[in-house]
Amino acid sequence: MLSRVADSLYWMSRYFERADNASRVLKATYNLILNPAKFSTEERWFRAVSSLAPGAASSNLDPQRALFLLVADTEGVFSVVNCISAARENARQVRDEISSEMWEHLNRLFHDVTGIELQPNDDAGAMRAVSLVREGSYRFSGITAATMNHDEAWHFIQLGKYIERACNLSILLDAYFVVDKHADDLDWVGLLSSCAAFEAYCKACTAELKPERIANFLLLKPGFPYSVRYSLDRMHEALTSINNLSLSRRTEKVERLIGRLQSMVAYVQVDEIIAELHKYLVAITEQCRELHAAVHELYIEYPIEGAFQN
Amino acid sequence: MHRIAFLWVAKSQLSSRESDAPVSCPRHTIRLIPAGRLGLRRKDSNFTQRNDALQCIDSVASRRFFNDSHRFYRNRFIVRCVILARNATIMIIETDASDRGGAETLRRYELDGAYDEMFRTADHPRKQYRLLHNLLLSLGPGELRRSKHEADQSFFNQGITFTVYGNDKGTERIFPHDLLPRIITAAEWERIERGLTQRITALNLFLKDVYHEEKIIEDGVVPGKVVYTCKHYRRGMRGIKVPRDVYITVVGTDLIRNPEGDFVVLEDNLRVPSGVSYMLTSRRVMKQIFPGLFQKCRVRPIEQYSQELLSTLRFLAPEGRSEPTVVLLTPGAYNSAYFEHAYLARRMGIELVEGRDLVVHDNVVYMRTTFGLQRVDVIYRRIDDDYLDPLVFERGSALGAVGLFNAYRAGNVAFANALGTGVADDKAIYAYVPKIIRYYLDQDPILESVETLLMSDPAQRDHVCQRLEEYVVKAVGESGGYGMLIGPHSTEQERSEFREKINAQPRNYIAQPTINLSTAPCFVDGTIEPRHVDLRPYVLYGEKVTIVPGGLTRVALRKGSLVVNSSQGGGSKDTWVLQN
Repeated sequence: MLSRVADSLYWMSRYFERADNASRVLKATYNLILNPAKFSTEERWFRAVSSLAPGAASSNLDPQRALFLLVADTEGVFSVVNCISAARENARQVRDEISSEMWEHLNRLFHDVTGIELQPNDDAGAMRAVSLVREGSYRFSGITAATMNHDEAWHFIQLGKYIERACNLSILLDAYFVVDKHADDLDWVGLLSSCAAFEAYCKACTAELKPERIANFLLLKPGFPYSVRYSLDRMHEALTSINNLSLSRRTEKVERLIGRLQSMVAYVQVDEIIAELHKYLVAITEQCRELHAAVHELYIEYPIEGAFQN
Repeated sequence: MHRIAFLWVAKSQLSSRESDAPVSCPRHTIRLIPAGRLGLRRKDSNFTQRNDALQCIDSVASRRFFNDSHRFYRNRFIVRCVILARNATIMIIETDASDRGGAETLRRYELDGAYDEMFRTADHPRKQYRLLHNLLLSLGPGELRRSKHEADQSFFNQGITFTVYGNDKGTERIFPHDLLPRIITAAEWERIERGLTQRITALNLFLKDVYHEEKIIEDGVVPGKVVYTCKHYRRGMRGIKVPRDVYITVVGTDLIRNPEGDFVVLEDNLRVPSGVSYMLTSRRVMKQIFPGLFQKCRVRPIEQYSQELLSTLRFLAPEGRSEPTVVLLTPGAYNSAYFEHAYLARRMGIELVEGRDLVVHDNVVYMRTTFGLQRVDVIYRRIDDDYLDPLVFERGSALGAVGLFNAYRAGNVAFANALGTGVADDKAIYAYVPKIIRYYLDQDPILESVETLLMSDPAQRDHVCQRLEEYVVKAVGESGGYGMLIGPHSTEQERSEFREKINAQPRNYIAQPTINLSTAPCFVDGTIEPRHVDLRPYVLYGEKVTIVPGGLTRVALRKGSLVVNSSQGGGSKDTWVLQN
């Protein structure tokens, strides 16, 4: 496959996942702020913003505008609308590589979301956009799995989706656990629903909300799609398949990085990390970044010398 | 009761009118149609006497209407026919009053002297259009609107769009299209096919000649001055042997129908003709919208185009490459024809590459893949000559790749089309094409060309400049409807501007008499009206010449307009070539 194409597929998938993550977090946060609690509205928005747009969270955040900015601001790189546009733009560059059904769905979603023409203070409109993206994202995953060859292109899509998810989950967990002393049950419900995990958590651990159990569930649970462990497992699968297809190229570095990353979540228990959770989460995001750079250098922007086939 | 009233009105109207004219009344449209036209047995059933018709209606009424009649239901229509004595058949088409019928939508169809594709005279559709005409009679504006909406939606969801420049919001629009097919008979197509094959063969020989021996110039058939001054003449192509001597692999020739109904060539597009994806996708949509009509008309298929194109391209591969890699080179997602590039690449199962994906090493072209560099043998390039290789042509171009031209000269890669083919579709050369055909093939041209006056010739220039309002003036190196003056539709100021331009650069302009392009029925704002159309069939030249039976019919959707280019408010129609 063309390197440029692989790159676009990867980013299409990452941006879509980013939009989806933002939608989940925003929906949960919006539900949270409707309730009175120890946390002020500002603090809760601040938490959402810092998990979605690192660096953009300023201290004088206007809660009235936060929702609008995170959903529809065309300047903000992290807004849901911008992520969907970027995903579509990447898909458009590789229109011939993805299935027509995928393109049609993504294209329609883009037009539906941008068609809302959101104004500041239009909370209902913002929530409508967010819901569209939530549903659209599940459907897109389904369509992708059902209509594409599960070949190299598919693996790059999977890689993009799960590397983004692993990073997002780590950052979100960090934002919640950094101030966990004040958190009440509602906040923990907020965290779980930000990861579409509330029902799944209740099934596995009952409705008793204990921070340690939640951390365990969202970080280390191998069978839950919105856990870090699950994401890293899928990344490992995708990379192994891509590496196998590419035959004799120098894949050691990528293999080493993904192996190390995976072992970070595969061979620990939650009580070993809960004390130093911040450091642990930062390490995961850092290593994801390193892995991203290594993949890029191996498959996308490699030096010409020594790259001739046969 | 309803029916009695209906017949009574019909009768009273008939008494005051000619018997064979359509009769309309406020709530219903009634038309008396000879039996033969609907495929009934009796052919000699025209009403000659008004009284006959009245009697028929009376007798039908007295028999409690249609107890022994044939009836067909068509959507909201009830078509009744009664075979009567005196060798006559009555056909009464009764509309549902809630959605008044097609006769209503066709009411504003006015013929303007151009050849009309559907109607021979105001009331007689041509044979090939009868099925469509009947369908239109039975469909009301509401139904047509629903179909149009369904078609639009299908185009939009498939992303069949083109990019509009200079508009930062909604940069994509669906390609404007018309709902009704344009129909061409087997006999007409046979002539087009022979004519185009002849023309393309001659033009290919011409290209080979002007870039090698220049015999045609030596023999004084085409003046060297005209050839060398062509905007798209490429000196660098002289003496280069192109793979299999095929210069023009893909051609889109624009044909128009003159008022006599004959197809003539308006323009050749020998560089990077586009639009074929609209031909293929609108066919898909039409099959979805009018499945019954499509089947009954026996339309020849065009879906094989992508396979034909691929085998034509593979034919160009350098010697010894048994499994050649073919790629399609696009300027990128922001190009207005990007949809088409992606569509064709997908349909052929080949890579869609951009300039930045290509690397030239030791005069061999490679593309960057995740597996490393992979050799490329044939490039179907959708980029103009000038942007292909910054080393040789436009220096600042980022669309091509450095070194492509050298790889081409070395014979390690093939381009389709070859470089420098624009010399043969220059509008000044166009005037010589009949001579070119006679020179190389020793045959008379099967398809005529439009009379063309060269502005570089002083006598012809004076003649035209005095009568600009009668002529169409075109810049020779342009396409897409740009740089053009349509005399009869121009203002005095535009004409004087053009007069100056012509006198400043005579070689740059040609003039042709204004031709009233043929009209075809289009669904516009709830009614069916005639609009001017042309026809662009796509010709593939590989081992043999292949033309898929069909093409892009372009429509000037603005009323009265003669410009069909999509950049100038034109749209497309599906083109149905009928089986013999």
